[in-house]
Amino acid sequence: MTRAVFLVEHAGPLTTVQDRGRFGYLRYGVTEAGPMDRQAFAIAQAALGNPLNAAAIETTIGGVALRCIEGEVTVASAGGGFHCAVDGRPVGAWGVFSIREGSVLTVRPGYWGSWTYLAFAGDIVAPAWLGSRATNVLSDFGGLRLQAGQHLEIRDAERRPGRERDLVLPVTSRPRQEVRVVLGPQDRFFAPETIRRLLSETFTLSNEYDRMGVRLQGPKLPIVGTLDMPSEALPRGSVQVPGHGDPIVLMADHQTTGGYPKIAVLASADQDGFAQLRSRDRVTFRAVTASQAASSARTRAGALRQYLQALGVREQRSAVH
Amino acid sequence: MPAGPFPRLRAAGDQGLLVEFGDSVDVAVSERVLAFDAALRARPFHGFTESTPSYAAVLVGYDPLEVTPSAVRAHVEALLAEPHPPLAAAALHELPVCYEQPFAPDLADVAQRCGMSEEAVIAAHLSGEYRVFMFGFAPGYGYLGGVPEAIRVPRKPNPVRARPPGSLAIAGPMCLVTTVTAPTGWWVIGRSPARIVDVDRERQFLFEVGDRIRFRRIRRDEFDAFGSVP
Repeated sequence: MTRAVFLVEHAGPLTTVQDRGRFGYLRYGVTEAGPMDRQAFAIAQAALGNPLNAAAIETTIGGVALRCIEGEVTVASAGGGFHCAVDGRPVGAWGVFSIREGSVLTVRPGYWGSWTYLAFAGDIVAPAWLGSRATNVLSDFGGLRLQAGQHLEIRDAERRPGRERDLVLPVTSRPRQEVRVVLGPQDRFFAPETIRRLLSETFTLSNEYDRMGVRLQGPKLPIVGTLDMPSEALPRGSVQVPGHGDPIVLMADHQTTGGYPKIAVLASADQDGFAQLRSRDRVTFRAVTASQAASSARTRAGALRQYLQALGVREQRSAVH
Repeated sequence: MPAGPFPRLRAAGDQGLLVEFGDSVDVAVSERVLAFDAALRARPFHGFTESTPSYAAVLVGYDPLEVTPSAVRAHVEALLAEPHPPLAAAALHELPVCYEQPFAPDLADVAQRCGMSEEAVIAAHLSGEYRVFMFGFAPGYGYLGGVPEAIRVPRKPNPVRARPPGSLAIAGPMCLVTTVTAPTGWWVIGRSPARIVDVDRERQFLFEVGDRIRFRRIRRDEFDAFGSVP
């Protein structure tokens, strides 16, 4: 079969191979990993007609530059407001285009957004672990961190001219300044006044932001009494509050257990929009019930389905699993 | 189920329900955690994703596109109301460990803090039988409870520079064998050549939550030879 090979000329930090994620191993301490913005990832894959287990390159504001040194392949780019170019000529930051031997594909940050995706019409060659090629940043089992000088191989690479097009930026892919949260499971460690501040005041994303999570700055959220909770498993989106009182929102590479109280958990429907905020962006939180949050997840899934239908691409299961 | 506040159900977002069985680290609570974990996995609901046991709670994961939070809660409550079948006997594993330098950078400190000789610390550690309470933090990080009273030392106030995988570390009643290079505030008193996570092995994790662990002392030459034995 044909292949395409890229030379990684530049890769900012946190440029990794990701697929949907590695599910079913939290009980062994293995976090899901997978894309920070799951909807943008799903759109890039669906626009190419890729299978559900396809991998993509995720990068952040450090960007990436890939020189095609062999073959040709169709590429989909989606996620955030990035600038995407082939040989310096802009291609849609959200779009499907082809690249051939000798050309250089670059992704640079634009005015907004923290994470973007490059999916390929073919199969990214990267080690799988526990059935997934998502990069587990902590352990280096599975996946791949891109570094300058590496070769990136796309197996069974194809040109799919029928797929080439611009993609409309869905309104649901914008960053979210107001994020819905479900209070708990350990809100009992906080005074009512502290909960009120969480839900009424503005927080700022600090520059301590990576795939594991982001530390917020704003009013301190003090823990009441002695902290005597045994470590518990925690889901992605947990808002954990350590002793310093700054909430930390745990994201795709979150640790699987935590011994600090989780004051709230982000609604799954708002996690992509939260991830697309940048350091120094501001955010507020609004409490909803688990049922309301689940209902918003179904609404968001419906909107994505409609978006993909309008594109004329096959419906893809985009949710968590 | 026992009277009192437990089991207690708490929403953990719209993809998780936390079922708490206590607020302490002890074997009786852990047994209830594992019994529920087993019952849930034997009888999952539509939309169930995974069950994650920890010291005193189980995180029940679900897909909000497939099942509502209230249906998850109803299923969990029904399971809790039933008697759980007894758990299968826990497997016993023996992990080799070398307590020699340079594998034991904190052994002298631990001995001093406990007012014991280094040999007595090693003997005390070897005398324990440990229980895998949970995995957490990183792949294969099993929190093993059962460090004998005499060598319980609180964790250091701040994590120390990266320690290599295989480090045997103790803090309070817990010990663990690390699997990745990471800073730790625990006291490193030895190193095990056992591969707790082995990507080339069919069974990729050496033990399960609830299993029992004993340690066996090996010399440096046995440690070095360990990897070469097929």
